[in-house]
Amino acid sequence: MDINKLKEGRKLLKEFKYDLGSIEKGYTNRTLYVNISENKIESKEVTPLMKEKFIGGKGFGLYTLWHGTTPSTKWNDPENEIVISGGPVCGITQYPGAGKSLVCSISPMTDIPIDSNVGGYFGPYLKFSGWDALEVQGKAENDIVVFIDGDNGVVRIEEAPLEAVDSHVIAEQLTEMYAENEADKRNISVISAGTAAEHSRMGLLNFSFYDVRRKVQRFKQAGRGGIGTVFRDKKIKAIIIKFSNVKGDLNNAVDKAIINKAGLKLHKEMHYLDDKQNRMRQVGTAYSQEIMSAYDLLPVMNFQYGGHEDVKKISPDVFKNNYLTQGMADGCWYGCSMACAKTADGFELLTGPYKGQKVTVDGAEYETLAGCGSNCGIFDPRAILEINFYCDTYGIDTISYGTSMAFVMECYERKIINKEFTGGLELKFGNFEDSIEVLHQMSRGEGFGLILGQGVHRMKKIFAEKCGADPDFLFDIGMEQKGLEYSEYVSKESLAQQGGFGLTNKGPQHDEAWIIFMDMVNNQIPTFEDKAEALYYFPMFRTWFGLYGLCKLPWNDVTPANNKFTSEPAKIPEHVQNYLDVVYGVTGKKLNTTEMVRESERVYNFQRIFNIRLGKGLRANDKIPYRSAGPVTKEEYEARQERFDGQLKEILNYDVEGKTTEEKMAVLRKHRESQYEKLIDAVYKRRGWNSNGVPTIERLKDLGMDLPELIEVVKDMQ
Amino acid sequence: MIFIIKVNNRELEWYEGMTIEDIFKIKNYTWTKIIVKVNKQVIDEENYKITIVNDGDDVQMLHLLAGG
Ligand code: SF4
Repeated sequence: MDINKLKEGRKLLKEFKYDLGSIEKGYTNRTLYVNISENKIESKEVTPLMKEKFIGGKGFGLYTLWHGTTPSTKWNDPENEIVISGGPVCGITQYPGAGKSLVCSISPMTDIPIDSNVGGYFGPYLKFSGWDALEVQGKAENDIVVFIDGDNGVVRIEEAPLEAVDSHVIAEQLTEMYAENEADKRNISVISAGTAAEHSRMGLLNFSFYDVRRKVQRFKQAGRGGIGTVFRDKKIKAIIIKFSNVKGDLNNAVDKAIINKAGLKLHKEMHYLDDKQNRMRQVGTAYSQEIMSAYDLLPVMNFQYGGHEDVKKISPDVFKNNYLTQGMADGCWYGCSMACAKTADGFELLTGPYKGQKVTVDGAEYETLAGCGSNCGIFDPRAILEINFYCDTYGIDTISYGTSMAFVMECYERKIINKEFTGGLELKFGNFEDSIEVLHQMSRGEGFGLILGQGVHRMKKIFAEKCGADPDFLFDIGMEQKGLEYSEYVSKESLAQQGGFGLTNKGPQHDEAWIIFMDMVNNQIPTFEDKAEALYYFPMFRTWFGLYGLCKLPWNDVTPANNKFTSEPAKIPEHVQNYLDVVYGVTGKKLNTTEMVRESERVYNFQRIFNIRLGKGLRANDKIPYRSAGPVTKEEYEARQERFDGQLKEILNYDVEGKTTEEKMAVLRKHRESQYEKLIDAVYKRRGWNSNGVPTIERLKDLGMDLPELIEVVKDMQ
Repeated sequence: MIFIIKVNNRELEWYEGMTIEDIFKIKNYTWTKIIVKVNKQVIDEENYKITIVNDGDDVQMLHLLAGG
């Protein structure tokens, strides 16, 4: 790669110089605004209201996005923004999982705000460079990069016509360009998307962190909701940040001792317990693949089934023994001893434009294994790693891609679409060769790749219009809601998890609530009120991580030895206390668990009202595809006949003798759909929303969120 | 006559000499983080093999939640 040549192609559009400022109790107290239509760069003040009610991270992202856009803003309008913010704790190195940032934008998939939680070094470096958030607005005329020099206080917008677009190439080019030497490379972080993000709605952003031992830029992904598509639509090739002086105390914390104490405790747990518990340090989040299959929770062939005998071929140990490098410090931010960011090194590609190259594949994580593997009937670890690599470098969300491909494969097998329609590709379950060709088409912007890249929501319409498919059937089997593809868990046997997916703000992503075990296996939340309580507490609690710049995994992917003796082991009370201590240590703010949840609840309700402002966010938008609640087809019912028949007898007192499968399915469906409606009623009530899902003014007042702009949206819907 | 215990508040047929380890096998519980309580008393993992449950016992096998 000739860096000088790339530099020659550059044209400076704007340069902005700033004082580096200081960080007080985790805040820089200002945000960086970059408008790439007008080539305008400015500093904005962080107000006390922002800190009090929105905290940081996702809170700052949504607040900024609300004020930068209007009720009619569409994802590809210039005024749509991409906002990146870490939150006050982001950047400390003493407590594992404290380097996350949140990315918010109006999504091309859902047309409402999306938030995506991402690791890598960018978030912490942004703060150390003097900014609590980066707000990018506008649309450039030609391809550009934005460079933030956090050592010297300079921001530049430059035209960049010659740089690559695919992430693994451009991240290397820009690291080489901006680092002075090998040792300096760790001071660079690059955000990029990829060529397929240009031609689809499911584009993601890669956030890099330099791996000094492997000498390669690694990636964590802001995966969900198509923010990479917005990025390329704005003609941004990359945002680069440089900060050279990382130290453990840059947040200017008020009480470092308390943070150190909590951190030390967790490091010890990780050291002694991780190998016996989840093995995050060995295999990352993929540890649960086989177990999910044993519990009938692993999506197989477009969520028709929950397990498969071939899952052993893609078990964590297969990856560990054959692909994943062991013994490296695989944390995506300094100080993360959970170190779950595993890689397959020296992986030789067999297809596509980089065929024959040996690359480093970040992953495969659980969602990728399940989405691009079992859900597509692909049980070949090599194939999954190849899909994983290309999704990442092309800038494609593996969850949306996996769930969309699974939908296509089922439609193909059911003859809803045919070979003529797919351009000669035989998209049957398990066909790796033809399905990865679709991914390459997405990168090139051609063929069936253009259709798959639209996602399940739009494909349902296309298949109904162009192939004469039954729209009701497509609605039942198309695993999307609000326009976003389901993440990779089968929720048929857990009503609470149906709500965990269906009653989210951004669409069916498990990061708000994963309560399948509590509900289905432990039977701990039997009543509607119990389930509603879980669907109040967990989404609020988990939102909180995104306000402060924290990773959720160290909360519950290792648990203290004495957790079993606590009164509420599911909440992991000791870890919750650690977080309260860490927040106090950084900001000086003393919170208890009730206030913690209320902090989240403010932002959660704000996001709900943001959805309503954009014409969604109501009960009708919380409807779920029936496959997430029960068997749509005869095959699904008959594959689990004993279970379903048993439930009909026990719960409904229905005599199954002599009944056809269709008759039994109809009775079961009626029951399950009515259960979901009752669940909605209970959850809305617990959350302080009316029966249409609109937050009540009374609840907003109670939360201190009766801001005029919010009342304006909901006042006529009470 | 059929004897019954409760596992996670659901009935399970009981037999003489049934241990916690046996219940793990019957239920096919393979999750990595399960808290076991018999009549609200926590049972340590090293004792699963030797802990015998009695007719009418209330067994809880609480799977701690997960999910990225
Ligand atoms: S647990 Fe994994 S994803 Fe979370 S901060 Fe650590 S390495 Fe990153």
